Amino acid sequence: MNGHGDARKPGRGESGRVRLALSVNGERHDVLVDGYKTLLEVLREDLGLTGTKHGCELGECGACAVLVDGRPVLSCLRLAVECDGAAVTTVEGLAAGPALSRLQAAFADRGAAQCGYCTPGILVTAQALLDRHPHPTRAEIAEAISGNLCRCTGYLQILEAVEAAASTDAAPEGRAGRRRAVPRARRGTGQP
Amino acid sequence: MNVVGKARRRVDGRAKVTGQTRFADDLVLPRMLYAKLLRSPHPHARIVAVDAAAAAAAPGVVLVLTGADFPVAYGIMPVSQDEHALCRDRVRYVGDPVAAVVAASERDAADALSLIKVAYEPLATIATPEEALRTPEPRIHDYGEGPNVHRLAHFAFGDVDEAMAGADRVFEDVAFYQGNTHLPLEQHAAVAALDPDGRLTLWSSTQTPHYVHREVARALDLAAQRLRVIATPNGGGFGGKSDPFNHEIVVAKAALLTGRPVKITLTREEVFYAHRGRHPVLMRLRTGVKRDGRIVAMDLETLLDGGAYGSYGAASTLYTGQLQTVTYQVPRYRFRACRAFTNKPPCGPKRGHGTPQPRFLQEIQLDKIAVALGRDPADLRLQQLAPPDSLTANWLRIGTMGLGACIEHVVAGSHWRERRGRLPRGRGLGLACSSYLTGAGLPIYWNEMPHSGVQLQLDRSGRVTAFCGATEIGQGSDDVLAAIVAEVLGIEPQDVRLVTGDTDLAPVDLGSYSSRVTLMMGNAAIQAAERAKALLAEAAARRLQVPVERLAFAGGRVFDVERPETGLTFQEAVVAAETAHGTLGTTGSYRPPASAARYRGGGVGPSAAYSYSAAVVEVEVDLATGWVRVPTVWIAHDIGRVLNPVLARGQVEGGVYMGLGEALMEEQAFRRLPARLSRAVVHRTPSILEYKSPTSLEMPDVVTYFVEEPDPAGPFGAKEVGQGPLLPIMPAVANAVFDAVGVRVDEVPITPDRVLAGLEALAKGGPGRVGPAGFPAVPWPEALIVPPPWEGGDGRASNARAAAREALPTHRSGTAGVRV
Repeated sequence: MNGHGDARKPGRGESGRVRLALSVNGERHDVLVDGYKTLLEVLREDLGLTGTKHGCELGECGACAVLVDGRPVLSCLRLAVECDGAAVTTVEGLAAGPALSRLQAAFADRGAAQCGYCTPGILVTAQALLDRHPHPTRAEIAEAISGNLCRCTGYLQILEAVEAAASTDAAPEGRAGRRRAVPRARRGTGQP
Repeated sequence: MNVVGKARRRVDGRAKVTGQTRFADDLVLPRMLYAKLLRSPHPHARIVAVDAAAAAAAPGVVLVLTGADFPVAYGIMPVSQDEHALCRDRVRYVGDPVAAVVAASERDAADALSLIKVAYEPLATIATPEEALRTPEPRIHDYGEGPNVHRLAHFAFGDVDEAMAGADRVFEDVAFYQGNTHLPLEQHAAVAALDPDGRLTLWSSTQTPHYVHREVARALDLAAQRLRVIATPNGGGFGGKSDPFNHEIVVAKAALLTGRPVKITLTREEVFYAHRGRHPVLMRLRTGVKRDGRIVAMDLETLLDGGAYGSYGAASTLYTGQLQTVTYQVPRYRFRACRAFTNKPPCGPKRGHGTPQPRFLQEIQLDKIAVALGRDPADLRLQQLAPPDSLTANWLRIGTMGLGACIEHVVAGSHWRERRGRLPRGRGLGLACSSYLTGAGLPIYWNEMPHSGVQLQLDRSGRVTAFCGATEIGQGSDDVLAAIVAEVLGIEPQDVRLVTGDTDLAPVDLGSYSSRVTLMMGNAAIQAAERAKALLAEAAARRLQVPVERLAFAGGRVFDVERPETGLTFQEAVVAAETAHGTLGTTGSYRPPASAARYRGGGVGPSAAYSYSAAVVEVEVDLATGWVRVPTVWIAHDIGRVLNPVLARGQVEGGVYMGLGEALMEEQAFRRLPARLSRAVVHRTPSILEYKSPTSLEMPDVVTYFVEEPDPAGPFGAKEVGQGPLLPIMPAVANAVFDAVGVRVDEVPITPDRVLAGLEALAKGGPGRVGPAGFPAVPWPEALIVPPPWEGGDGRASNARAAAREALPTHRSGTAGVRV
């Protein structure tokens, strides 16, 4: 029942520690982590980025979604050592300074976040969709977030918020628009 | 209205979309330790011995706790104080915690759990209420109203047998509503720490910090004033974080013993075992009607599977019957309920608390009655709505009642009259209705103090801070508080600072349960804000040389309504008031009106206001697979007044979503392992992957209508919206499946295998009904006879035994005085 079992033991101790270079939200972090640690654990526990949530740690709920090189991944299923050199985007990296991104503002305005626990994972997943398909259909949005469970909203206000952010009449907060989640130079690297 | 009724970003919207909302597991304190619980692998066993020596000596381990460290029992209800933070002599379900390890890391704690040796003596296990009724020994608890029977109730509101004898038709149906769980995305978490002065603080993802405060203080024998409970924003609650939990008491104790902060976060599997969710309920309902379908009497029996502990069960039991009378006129009503103990995780309150199950049966039976009598199901309901401003047979006081308008909205929107019964085979429409409380009329423990308190503090900077114990669980209670204060004072909601969910800083609010916060906190907030406004108005009138009654508060100004340019900014008005009156602070309190129900058990059901909902659900049934797809739901909700349309709509759609999950797929179901594997009763699906819930791909279009007839009891007329809209969905789905394929699934969830079984039965010429065969014999106690208001009653029980029971003092404090 307590899932933190023997499977992790081989990586334990000094010998199991690995030095990694992660680019998180555009900032480079050199971290020394236990080899068994997931990207989720490194983000939350080593880097203090608690915006990314956990709902199951088994890849079932989508709460821990982050972008790795522009693609949504479940950070609870990804070992941190697999991410050496990767560009990671978390919810903390979506806003341009104090100004909410267009997508964040739409979520806040349109009831897409109730308790807010699934919100970080859905925001980054939807942002990845918009980066690839700036004007998705509702069916495409629903498909994109179908791996992210939300127990509060019934999803409809989330779908509407993504549509609003994709439409040309929605404005980001303040003057600055949203930066792309991943610098152009990195996008598509090694991805199909 | 400047704020009320306007679509706005919620005041905590920014925090939620930036990841800055601090949930309990996001808290990290210096020198923090981590706790893990060792849980029972047996559903029912005696604990013979616990040997924790090896665990205590393991690397990183600071403390090991066992049941011996927790001698005091606790529980949410004063009548069922049957839990210990760690089991002392017996385990009662797979997952019951036996020991705790506190260590430098979560991993050290988890590793050390495997070093604890527990010797168990397995006992016979009880898997169902039927087994509980026929298995007096071994007893799961040594209290209750019978061996393995937790609660029994029997009410007769008038002579039901006589009324049935005068009915033209009597319909009898049996249905089963499977249990399901809340599945909040956030797993429960708690952190406890001693503050620099040696007092204990507990942060927890709880909906009820005040009750947690009481119970943790009780369980640890702490002076309550030396304990502070802070409810962190809940990552979803739905009722599942309303009990005081063993893990909260464990970390509190560990922090006291180690002097260091201690955190615990449950795994997803542990959340399934913590549960406190929807009771599985087997029900039988007999309804006598006249030829036109008018109800002359209802006779309801419910059998609840309570699981291993009391939890809210004493109230849940009564909720399976008490609200059946507020939708339609029911001249006479008999209600019998039994809650049994079983060796499964305890059931408790989930959105709708005890009412979705009997509502399901009543609404599918009305559909059958309509078909049998050749009536339109909408008309059958419309002809006998409970009147507004009336008393029900069981002495509930109805105020505003908008169900008729709700039905008209969904009938028109869905083109019900043209489409029902006329869609191609495989497609159908179903209609159902419901009602829910706007806050329970009584607190969990008997007292005559306010249910909600709000304090306001203002100072010369123009700052307004609102303090309230209410708990933000995603529903928007913070936004309601800010909006109401802002509306009264003529400022913006974002300009109101909030201190909520903190037992040290804020006045008591009983918590986010029973849909009580908007009405109760809202009324307290209006009172506090009106008092502050009066202080400001008096000072501003003097400063402006304007009669006080000519002043208006709007747009961040206090001004003369006859010469709007004459005025003060809000800040200038506060300066004037602080100058005139000294330090500024006001309070507001709210307590619901006294109930007309004065019989024992009448404390469950009364509310200051009832919300009403009607829904039409359209389904498409795959005749080959039994798969049910829902393309569209039309739902109308009598909310009294919409405070923030964005949030109100979100509550409706979220209720529809959760209702569809219950209707079609969600099951907290158990199975017995074979004899070679111990015959233990285990959860069938304790993971999110296996416990099916709807995704964005299953969510239908939802057309929402609000019926706004302001209720005098609510703040600006508002009633609840958090729970009611879930309730009509399950029966509407069942009724739609019948319209689509002629199959009656008298059971929830309506899974493809059940639909297929019905289709096969139909093909063989049978009635095409799927559901339970019967209702077991229950040793019902003698009825409490309470004459309805129209039969000369006074709200009290009329029979001698009842009088004797009522002679018991009901106002005393302590464990026996709760009126449930």
